[in-house]
Amino acid sequence: MAGPRIVVVGAGPAGVRAAERLVESGLKPIVFDEACSCGGQIYRRQPGSFTRSYAELYGADADRAKSIHAAFDRILPSVDYRPNTTVWNISGNELFTAADRQGRVVEFDAAILATGATDRMAPVRGWTLPGVYSLGGAQIALKAQACGIGSKIALLGTGPLLYLVACQYSKAGIDVQAVLDTAPLPAQLLATRQLLAKPGLLMRGVHLRLRLMSKGIPVHNGVRSPEIVGPERVTGVRWRGADGTSESVDADAVALGFHVRSEAQLADLAGCPFSFDEQMRQWRPDCDATGRTPRPGIYLAGDCIRILGGHAAEIAGRLAAISAMADHGIVTAAREAAVLTRRLRSYQRFQKALTNAFPWPEAEIRKLPDDVIVCRCEAITAGELRKAAVVMGAAELNRAKAFSRVGMGRCQGRYCASAAAQILSDARNLPLEAVGRIRTQAPVKPLTIALERVES
Amino acid sequence: MSAADVVVIGGGIVGTAATLFLQRRGLSVILLERGLIGQQASGVSFANVRRHTRPLHQLPLAQRSYDSWMRLSSLIGDTCEFRQVGNLAVTYGNAQLEHWEQYVRAARDYGLELEILDPLRLRTRFPYLSKNIAAGLFSPKDGHANPRLLVPAISRAAEREGARIVLNAEVTSIDRNADRFDVAVGGHAEYRAPIVLIAAGAWAGKFVAALDGPVPLFASGPQLGVTEPLPYRIGPTISVFADRVPERIYLRQVERGNIVFGGGDRGPASTETNRASVLPTNTLGQITQLQRLVPALSTANVIRVWSGIEGYLPDALPVMGASSRVRGLYYAFGFSGSGFQLGLGVGDVLSELICTGHTDVPLCQYDIRRFQPATPKSAPGSTRPS
Repeated sequence: MAGPRIVVVGAGPAGVRAAERLVESGLKPIVFDEACSCGGQIYRRQPGSFTRSYAELYGADADRAKSIHAAFDRILPSVDYRPNTTVWNISGNELFTAADRQGRVVEFDAAILATGATDRMAPVRGWTLPGVYSLGGAQIALKAQACGIGSKIALLGTGPLLYLVACQYSKAGIDVQAVLDTAPLPAQLLATRQLLAKPGLLMRGVHLRLRLMSKGIPVHNGVRSPEIVGPERVTGVRWRGADGTSESVDADAVALGFHVRSEAQLADLAGCPFSFDEQMRQWRPDCDATGRTPRPGIYLAGDCIRILGGHAAEIAGRLAAISAMADHGIVTAAREAAVLTRRLRSYQRFQKALTNAFPWPEAEIRKLPDDVIVCRCEAITAGELRKAAVVMGAAELNRAKAFSRVGMGRCQGRYCASAAAQILSDARNLPLEAVGRIRTQAPVKPLTIALERVES
Repeated sequence: MSAADVVVIGGGIVGTAATLFLQRRGLSVILLERGLIGQQASGVSFANVRRHTRPLHQLPLAQRSYDSWMRLSSLIGDTCEFRQVGNLAVTYGNAQLEHWEQYVRAARDYGLELEILDPLRLRTRFPYLSKNIAAGLFSPKDGHANPRLLVPAISRAAEREGARIVLNAEVTSIDRNADRFDVAVGGHAEYRAPIVLIAAGAWAGKFVAALDGPVPLFASGPQLGVTEPLPYRIGPTISVFADRVPERIYLRQVERGNIVFGGGDRGPASTETNRASVLPTNTLGQITQLQRLVPALSTANVIRVWSGIEGYLPDALPVMGASSRVRGLYYAFGFSGSGFQLGLGVGDVLSELICTGHTDVPLCQYDIRRFQPATPKSAPGSTRPS
């Protein structure tokens, strides 16, 4: 049937469930996936020649992972699946893709953006040393490459992923020296009651912690002034404890991350408005509870809207598919949508509790010394950024970028913009939201000049 | 109500430079900028500091500007990454050659020394260029600068000279009353001066229309991009001259290693929405041409594209000089995508014109009367732009 052209960007839990729901209604969506096979970051599949079991790879998430992979395998004949494909731009009702050296332009009537999340990074002294990885990167090494980032590692940052990756590394037989969480313990205890919104997920968190304890892996809460040390590559981590005492641990690699942040660049390029989320302390694209944005034809699903995690992303994927189809007169699954929306809401309560339990370390970033690099791509220090703010008069992030080059490099601010905004707001004595956010510019990821345009 | 000798409207390169030079000549200046300094066309410019291949009649102005570029450090206290790495125009065919030979001879009369390079010399000096390049026109003393730093630096220099720079001051009307102008910001008449200079780029149209009649000014967006940092190899700014617009690309490499590029078709831009976009199809066309010009770039990646809101006039020349109808009113806008090198000279020459009533730099090509009917209607008095 010549139905509306609905495309899905991303094949993680949100993208897979969106595609599945579209197929259920008889559509044949195009699914773009940056990876070589479905699963997204959370349920990333191992290379075909690897033979680890689901339980080994995904632990408590094994059933979920299996279900997502199976669902996608089932609908594969009914979707136009394009793996290894980056959607690098969106303009009007056209997507621009790059796969290997082939560039295509794909017209759509509705696009469901399920672009997920990346590590939310905060700079610490020494974070540019060889041997420092993001938490997500450390996890990819295990899942997709079956190797660790080091043989004796420390994990530094905050968020549920910190504990999950620690357990995964420990289980893989790698020596985990310490888990260093900047979140103070009282905040986590206080949040416990709210975390009961999802008792199952709370229990998994508790379980992770108990596992670390049983393995004798030290967990430090309320870590202050952390520094990754080593003259040429990582040799350890130094920090001050909650009571001010100086502590240190040896490590040959560090996994660093402060929860995750939405990957919403495509939504920005598509023209979706953004609002500041006071709870998450970040900007996020506007959309209703079912993923419908103010920009006609653009729908969002999963962690690219806000970080609710993989389970919620599955629900959001189906919801966005229903919204897109409802707007194009294909289905009116109002009851189904209502049920899904209600289920999604409980994750939002849980998420609020999580951000309370693992707060973004604003105070740590504010006191970052001038000589610490904030923007890794362009090697811009906190001092240079402060100079752009105070001496050159930049009171807004794009202005600070223009003056200092912060956020101007390959990653386009993915890994520095959160911290840069924090430093700028501090230097100018402005609320975080007042310094704005870096405007997305194409390409979403670096685009090879060798790209040849081919007809889709 | 604040009063000054001159109110300058627009904080781009032209407005800030004019403010600086006027102050240095002893006049008091208030500059009104609707947003931030250098935030629009000047700040996002390709930043080509180029004299050659301009119309011959523009060379005196470009040379005047060149004088300021040469003493940038003493003028504004910063070099803003200005590098005299040369400026090279190239073609794939020989069609330009005869024209270029004439141009080289004529430019010499204006004090601009240029060099024509044959394929052999091109390959010796710029071995990364495509073997299909047939000819080059080289201007060794030109180059490029950092547009994001330049305009704020000029503005700070003007402030040090005593100018008053007012940000986030959107001018809503300019009323001519007796021997002075009352300039309103946000609906309130707040500034008064006997002289007004409109240097508002793509935003100039409504003021000009209200005071002097309409001009066919339109907004358009250059299509710019940048690669990841690469080893620093490419000296000069390089531009392709071709009949087909998509082939006309230009590039420069900054010392950090990134290659900045632009050219080909322009994109949409609006002074209403304040948005200018890069059309993805233009990016695709540009990378094809980049590879054709410098084949080794095929292994590089584009990491960012951007645009800006530039003011264009149909003949691609600016409006610059005194109003034909309103005494005390001066213009400098519509530089049509080629004002970056000129900006400093424009400020210098206009300050001379305003202070002395005369300049040796010919401005007749830029007279606003070229867009006005031959028999002027009665001069519009005080009107407000809608």
